[in-house]
Amino acid sequence: MSLPISHSDSFSLVEQLPILQILVPFVSAPLIVFIGNRTIAWWITFLASLISLLISINLLLLVNDGSIISYHIGGWAPPIGIEYRVDALNAFVLVLIALISTIVAPYAYKSVGNEIPKEHHTLFYAAYLLCVTGLMGVVITGDVFNVFVFLEISSLASYVLISLGSHRDKRALTSAFNYLIIGTIGATFFVIGIGLLYMVTGTLNMIDMAGLLEGKSSSSTVRSAFAFIIVGVGLKLAIYPLHIWLPKAYTFAPSFITAFLAATATKVAIYILLRFMFTIFRPSFLEELNVLNFVILPLSIAAMIIASLIAIFQKDFKGLLAYSSIAQVGYILLGISIMSESGLTAAIIHLFNHGITKVALFMVAGAYVIKRGGSLLTNLQGAGFTMPWTSAAAVVGCLSLIGVPGTAGFISKWILVEAAIENGKWPLAIVIIFSSLLAVVYCGRVIETLYFKNGNDETIVNESPLTMLISIWIASLACIYFGLSTDITISVSDLAAKMLYLK
Amino acid sequence: MVPNIFILLSILIPVFAAILNLVIRERENLRDFLTFIASVLTFFCVLAILISVGNETTKEIVLLSVIPGLKISFQVEPLGLLFALLASGLWILTHVYAVGYMRENKEAKHSKFFAYFSLAIACVMGIAFSSNMFTLFFFYEALTLTTYPLVAHKGTDSAVKGARTYFGILIGTSIGLQLTAIIWTFIISGTLDFSKGGILNGHLEGPLVTLLLFLYVFGIGKAALMPFHKWLPAAMVAPTPVSALLHAVAVVKAGVFTVLKVGIYIFGLEFLQNSGASYWLMWFAAGTIMIASLIAITKDNLKARLAYSTVSQLSYITLGVALATSMGVLGAGAHIVMHAMGKITLFMCAGSIYVVTKKTNISQMTGLGKVMPITFGAFFVGSLSIIGLPPLGGSWSKWFLLMGALEADQWFMVLILIFSSLLNIAYLLPIVAKGFFLSQEKGLPQKYSESIALVWLPPAITALCCIILFFTVGYLLDFLAPIVLPE
Repeated sequence: MSLPISHSDSFSLVEQLPILQILVPFVSAPLIVFIGNRTIAWWITFLASLISLLISINLLLLVNDGSIISYHIGGWAPPIGIEYRVDALNAFVLVLIALISTIVAPYAYKSVGNEIPKEHHTLFYAAYLLCVTGLMGVVITGDVFNVFVFLEISSLASYVLISLGSHRDKRALTSAFNYLIIGTIGATFFVIGIGLLYMVTGTLNMIDMAGLLEGKSSSSTVRSAFAFIIVGVGLKLAIYPLHIWLPKAYTFAPSFITAFLAATATKVAIYILLRFMFTIFRPSFLEELNVLNFVILPLSIAAMIIASLIAIFQKDFKGLLAYSSIAQVGYILLGISIMSESGLTAAIIHLFNHGITKVALFMVAGAYVIKRGGSLLTNLQGAGFTMPWTSAAAVVGCLSLIGVPGTAGFISKWILVEAAIENGKWPLAIVIIFSSLLAVVYCGRVIETLYFKNGNDETIVNESPLTMLISIWIASLACIYFGLSTDITISVSDLAAKMLYLK
Repeated sequence: MVPNIFILLSILIPVFAAILNLVIRERENLRDFLTFIASVLTFFCVLAILISVGNETTKEIVLLSVIPGLKISFQVEPLGLLFALLASGLWILTHVYAVGYMRENKEAKHSKFFAYFSLAIACVMGIAFSSNMFTLFFFYEALTLTTYPLVAHKGTDSAVKGARTYFGILIGTSIGLQLTAIIWTFIISGTLDFSKGGILNGHLEGPLVTLLLFLYVFGIGKAALMPFHKWLPAAMVAPTPVSALLHAVAVVKAGVFTVLKVGIYIFGLEFLQNSGASYWLMWFAAGTIMIASLIAITKDNLKARLAYSTVSQLSYITLGVALATSMGVLGAGAHIVMHAMGKITLFMCAGSIYVVTKKTNISQMTGLGKVMPITFGAFFVGSLSIIGLPPLGGSWSKWFLLMGALEADQWFMVLILIFSSLLNIAYLLPIVAKGFFLSQEKGLPQKYSESIALVWLPPAITALCCIILFFTVGYLLDFLAPIVLPE
């Protein structure tokens, strides 16, 4: 990939940003294996994440005005060549992935050191960076088959990463296997859907495909392609009845991986859903099929209510958070199924805000695993006193989950309820609020366990390592920051939603 | 600009005091003294606002804008200023009292206790000076969160259970109902700013107004309108100073203060009256007044009796709003002050009795008046003020509420108010009478045995204030008058 000849170096670098976004983590992964040193491996991971973050922020700034960057791989123009296509939506998701990856990096050092045997560290970090690469690739590419390829890269990496939790708990192996089976079924469905679309249109480029699909909405091939894709992606993003792999995988995976995946993997799947629904199939197709009202909406409501109820009765903090994640995915899908620009804005902003919130909470759970010997609620009793800083972060995260004003969770719920009411969907507003009340119950349980169930009256402070605390508190402060200042999040998601609808 | 700085200071000083409490937790005397200084400073800040602004309404200052239309902003307005003055003034006394109480009772974890206490005061200041519903809601929720650890302070099973009820009902109603109401308001009127005459007029009509009003008043769980009153008795497991300041003044008054704000500045009195929305509310308030008073009579635990008495008295204020007449609203505003002064006296006396005798039940307190004359004297004065007899402050607010009911032609409400006063006599005066006229039970102290001055002096002062308020009510009315004047 030779740099195009130009007069200024910085200009050319900016032009190459889309590919650099993928290359940086992608090249770092084998580099780690080559060098084979644990500490250096961590440093490379951290630096790769940080550089990715800078790149993604740069990309976001470039497309923040509503423009689109189209990058042609190898100089081959689409639809023949592969195109990377960056607009406000995927730049935003890229920032989310890179941001989460950077935030969890300091945390990883101690957490991985504690949970993974030393000889696996370099391979672990390599697999992790491949996972990051895969997720970013899914988001940045403008080619549907490329989406599949990157999705598989990230999935395969995450199967490995989850199974590495087996050093702490053997059940990680079965969970990872479970996820592998279901994930593969999902990927197969997805690729069948893409195959059908290719059959109809003869192209794999998203924009090209969208154009060629126009007027073919009644074709049963197109419709079954849509069905395959929705189910395939649905498995990945844990739409309510397709969620069974998630709680176990999140509970038994290494804490660091859980924190990262919970905040990014399902979000990326939602991104794919949005991209296919709105960019490729177009809103008119959705309206014609009415699939949102009859399929996605009921499922999202079921997720919000049932998963929240299940969360209330979880014995494991990580399990509780996992079910809460399924419920929160329900919120995002609900926003999508309102079928309006404002609903979409709400969905996109919640995608971001929930990512920030969950990463904080799962990191806290991981800290308890190290210091309290597990993340069962019984392990957490009285941790409010022995781990004051960690637990305070847990409280902030819980408040954001509930949606207390001043936290990121409040903003997304406010906008979601507003969108529902604006579109005359009152009952949805009530469902959202009811589900928030369920969140009060399960979060209240956590807070109560931390502070008021002090069975053995421990008072000696035994706080998490500083590097972990740094990560945890950056994420927690982000929950508060994005709850008080919404200039960035709202304007970007607004723009992204507008562009999804316009195209 | 002067008041704006003091508004921020009145919120920041308590926050600073909280941090201070956590930092110098080991040096008790210094810590408690500095908190005292902080409380005095806070009070002076509010006084400074009073002097520079009087009873005018200032322009809002926007601290930050969260979403277009949703902003954290403050302003001074008579009702809020009065509430701030009351809460900060009583904070000084309660702090002194709490220091005495916590030390005499050898309660644990002082520094944490005082830290949360100060934070709660900061939230109250935020509520008092908020210039829109979002800001108010923000601090309202923060107040619940900061007082939750105070309720659970003792850490016993019953304390945890009480705290769970407290948290569950307050957060549940505020998110489930109040937030819905706020979002609804925002969507139909496009603003949440408090403005005289309300912001809903012309945006909503018919039964929907009633629905929205109910979402608000039940959503403001802190106003303890039945059936969402259970948290208040549950919160009585907290140490007495908490009950005294927070559950006789700050928290519950934040609730009814919010009801008043919503009534006056969101709906607007005229709109409430014309739409007939408040008619049903009146009956709920009346029902709460009666039922809570009746329950209070059956309670033998002194703090539980006082708690139900508070539930009942809070509904006087809600009733005042529901009457939607200017007299009713003025009465409601005045009752915030009068009831606060009377009830804090009673709670501090209950604490004082507990410190000396460790007794919590009324049946065990016979004859104590002879050995604790100051405590029981103060209790007597406080009781009379709650009942509403001259020459005590409480008589005026009831008087105004009665006038308000007459103004609205609600004869039945007049009867309710009168009958409820009789019930007040029934559940308060026997305590005093038994204390002074029966002989002591065995095991109780036989000769003069007041606790240290830190414990008995504050209730004596507030009792004195009840008397002073009777003679100074004119100023209070003049001060509040602008809130009911037409634009």
